[in-house]
Amino acid sequence: MEVLVSSAIGVLTAAGIYMILRLRSFPVVIGMSLLSYAVNVFLFATGRLVVNQPPILREGVTSYTDPIPQALVLTAIVISFGMTAVVVMLALGAFIEAGDDRIDLDESEGDQ
Amino acid sequence: MSPALIAALPFLGAALPALLIRTGRNNAASVSAVITGLALLGLLLHLPTVLAGGVVESRIDWLPWLGLNINFWIDGLGMLFATLILGIGLLIILYARYYLSNKDPVGQFYTYLLLFQGAMVGIVLSDNILLLLIFWELTSLSSFLLIGYWKHLPAGRQGARMALTVTGLGGLSMIAGMLILGNIVGSYDISEILKHKDAIQASPMYLPALLLILGGAFTKSAQFPFHFWLPRAMAAPTPVSAYLHSATMVKAGLFLMARMWPVLSGTPEWFYIVAGVGLITMLIAAKIAIFKHDMKALLAYSTVSHLGLITFMLGLGTQAGALAAVFHIINHATFKAALFMSAGIVDHEAGTRDLTRVSGLRKLMPITFVIATIAALSMAGIPYFNGFLSKEMMLEAAAHTAFLGNDWIVPALATLAALFSATYAFRFISHAFFGPVSKDMPQTPHDPVFGMWFSPAFLTVLVVAIGVFPMAVAGPYVQMATNAVVGGGYHMHTLKIWHGLTPALIMSVIAVTGGLLFLAAHAPLQRLWDATPRPDAKVIFDWIVAQVQSASDWITQGLHNGAMARYLMLFTLASVGAGLYAFTTGTLGAQTRALTPVNGAAITAWLLLLTAAVCIVALHHNRILALVLIGIVGLTVSMSFIYLSAPDLALTQISVEVVTAVLMLLALNFLPKVTRIESSRFKISFDVMLSVFAGVAVSGLIYALLMRDFAFAPMSGYMLDNSYNLAGGDNVVNVILVDFRGYDTYGEITVLGIAALVIFALTETLLQGASSRKLIAWRPDVARGGDKHPLILLIVTRVMMPIALVVGLYIFLRGHNEPGGGFIAGLVVAIALVTQYMASGFAWTQARQKVYYHVLIASGVLVAGITGAGAFFNDMPFLTSDFGYFKLPGLEKFELATAAGFDLGVFLGVVGSVMLALGGLSRLARRAAMGEQDGEEGAHIAAEKPEARVLAPLAAGPYPPEAKVPRRWWSTARAAQEATKSERDQVHENKVKNKEEDH
Repeated sequence: MEVLVSSAIGVLTAAGIYMILRLRSFPVVIGMSLLSYAVNVFLFATGRLVVNQPPILREGVTSYTDPIPQALVLTAIVISFGMTAVVVMLALGAFIEAGDDRIDLDESEGDQ
Repeated sequence: MSPALIAALPFLGAALPALLIRTGRNNAASVSAVITGLALLGLLLHLPTVLAGGVVESRIDWLPWLGLNINFWIDGLGMLFATLILGIGLLIILYARYYLSNKDPVGQFYTYLLLFQGAMVGIVLSDNILLLLIFWELTSLSSFLLIGYWKHLPAGRQGARMALTVTGLGGLSMIAGMLILGNIVGSYDISEILKHKDAIQASPMYLPALLLILGGAFTKSAQFPFHFWLPRAMAAPTPVSAYLHSATMVKAGLFLMARMWPVLSGTPEWFYIVAGVGLITMLIAAKIAIFKHDMKALLAYSTVSHLGLITFMLGLGTQAGALAAVFHIINHATFKAALFMSAGIVDHEAGTRDLTRVSGLRKLMPITFVIATIAALSMAGIPYFNGFLSKEMMLEAAAHTAFLGNDWIVPALATLAALFSATYAFRFISHAFFGPVSKDMPQTPHDPVFGMWFSPAFLTVLVVAIGVFPMAVAGPYVQMATNAVVGGGYHMHTLKIWHGLTPALIMSVIAVTGGLLFLAAHAPLQRLWDATPRPDAKVIFDWIVAQVQSASDWITQGLHNGAMARYLMLFTLASVGAGLYAFTTGTLGAQTRALTPVNGAAITAWLLLLTAAVCIVALHHNRILALVLIGIVGLTVSMSFIYLSAPDLALTQISVEVVTAVLMLLALNFLPKVTRIESSRFKISFDVMLSVFAGVAVSGLIYALLMRDFAFAPMSGYMLDNSYNLAGGDNVVNVILVDFRGYDTYGEITVLGIAALVIFALTETLLQGASSRKLIAWRPDVARGGDKHPLILLIVTRVMMPIALVVGLYIFLRGHNEPGGGFIAGLVVAIALVTQYMASGFAWTQARQKVYYHVLIASGVLVAGITGAGAFFNDMPFLTSDFGYFKLPGLEKFELATAAGFDLGVFLGVVGSVMLALGGLSRLARRAAMGEQDGEEGAHIAAEKPEARVLAPLAAGPYPPEAKVPRRWWSTARAAQEATKSERDQVHENKVKNKEEDH
């Protein structure tokens, strides 16, 4: 299981980084989403992989998985939505204003 | 009055003139005078103590561990300077009232002046060098405001910038020097530092500290080679020049040298640097002053020269030198401020202050003539005026000073400087006030009103009084301040006018006679001067600034060239490099965990995720496909969360997925649907390599982590044990969110709310001006679906709405004990609302939506905050929760926890933020639809009542008479028509508005 999760995180990271290195805003946003997944799962996995032991207290059950990474990741998921929304909005605004969704400035725009 | 309060008063009062200016200039000036007067009164109440050799202190610990304390003290030196600053400040306030014109923003002027005054008083009363440095920088900043007060004059702006650059850089150098000093002594309190002369002078860091501190003092006091900023700062209004550039700010450097005199002086380094620089400055500036036609420029160079004189005296490192310096500080402040104000009066009355254009003013403005003549004669060093006394002291000291073993060079140069000084002083009098009345003046001058000449007249009275009765008028003050400079135990000889036939007197006679001769020969000398080429400091300064600027431009442009892809690449490269370094240098412990077994479902999910991720990279050029694929990734991740014992995460992830998808689709509505391949083959292969490398690194890292147990016992043990006992909840994740880590969550929803408000603000910006017109002109770039609001979707969403809300409520309520909670419930409810918007249209839904989402966000944060603050009533810290179990008839025993209130805040915040964010995008889409030919206008009506769909085309124009529709539909049709009309009007209005904005 560990092999699957760590390789999946690696693939998500690689795909995310490749996408954020593209030159248009939309692929960069997609890349950031992929990186968010990778980071969230990474954080979650620091609590180690545990099957069938959700951190919900039950009579007679004594072993639970680590709840802290879960709490952290839960808020991280919501926040990354907020961040994505802001970035999307910025990208959209830039596109509408400039008529172009390139993320790099031209040479002539560099001075401003 | 406490010394701290004296320093604080001008700052506290600084806002008053700016406010009171609305009631007139007199009130603004009066309130400034009252504040200054109060501070002066408070200061003078301590005079008896300080004259008796005492020190008044007030100490407040601010950051004791940094050595930064708000310590103020009034010793002899501080008393002298503070009296000068506040006393001359009062006179300047009066003078400025009449000098400034109706058009000048007078309130601003007094506010700046008070700020400056506070900063100056702060410098001279600080007993902590860090505190002194703060005030030091404040004087640079406030003087920048004052010099550049006439913002419309380019000379004023440039002069202000130059002054700020030079004194600001000097301030930085001084900070470094002071820190070294504090480090040597181990304390930043001045009174403490002054006790450690031997330690400081023995330290190897003495010379660096000395040079750095002198860098600050020399720039502030305009010593050679930093003297060039002062004449340029003369573009300031004359009250500023009189105050800052004769009496106060330029003396801050001298003050600092005098303050540090006990510990820094007495070494050869001190003597050669300080005395040398002072002498050169005195000489060069006096020579330049002779040839300046602008009265203020002449006075400015003369000021530089006199500052050089004082520096020279301090540099001698003898008690006689210190005495001469202190006495000349007083004398110079009196006669030079009077001279500046006289020059200002001439300028004000005659419209020019050019010595080649004004002459014969003696007949036109007798009062000004008397004032200026007395002050100028004092400057020239004529007996019975105070300048004579301190100049004699200087010459006397110079006569006994050997420089590099040479006995005559210092006396000779000092005499020459005195001669130049006499020359320009005589020229000032003779060229402006004597001779025939000039015809070249823009207006015929006459003496000003009393309020304007009172201040310089008062100062000239002092000039004469000190000149005639030096011991009676100034003696105690000079004794007090000199005693403080030399570090105590000083007994002054009586100040006298006549010392007999001393070398100083002979030098003085030479200087005055020579001055008169030079004045007679002024015309040919001036021609010679004008013909001699010499470097222009402004050109050099501008050249240096331009070089520095282009160098910093080069670096900035090189690093930040606007290519974001490159920043991200470098960032990734750096992170990977750092990771690689850690990996190659660190060690890896032994594996302690076994692999968890794998089943078919897990492998299937893994394959799905891998395929989707690879497909995104390969096929991302088709953006909609990329969205679908990223949805697959999200769903797979949610499923994995369920499998790996994280039901809350799974619920959150899956609902966020839905909202994100909607968001991206709304954005993609505008953005191009296809990404063209632009990167070169090389860039693509490089990026692939970099990202694969990073991916491998990250997966290696997490694999290593997963195969090892926790290095320390995780704190989750505490939370699992106490979740039920302390917080009454079984769902530990939810309890952590709303209780154990409530602060985090509180911050979290605040941030989310801010993000939503940012989006709202961005939307508002885009809905105005050029981008709004672009939106209206926007045409869809792909074929639209045939039906904007499909009937089935419409009905299903409306039927689902109550069910979805109940589900949301259920998830919210069970959250404390089962998977669920405010975050997830908020997302679910947001989704339910979003589907309404999608199915029925923005306008239709918005019209039925009674609560503003802003309010929802605010109330979310408020509810959470109030719940948290409720703990105060229980004498518990913020966000401590309480709970209890209740029984109502007919129901099972149930639990009520205050954490539920907090969770409600989370819920409201999430709903509001998500809806506001998506709403922003919808508003853009709606603006874009306004321009469409066949009209989005009626769509919401059509969605509202299905029958209106039939009427929508009719709504666009007058109904055809043959239109056969049921009678009851007519009302709807009319409503549709009206709605359409108002919508069109709005578009029209916006267009008109945009046009107006353009003009």
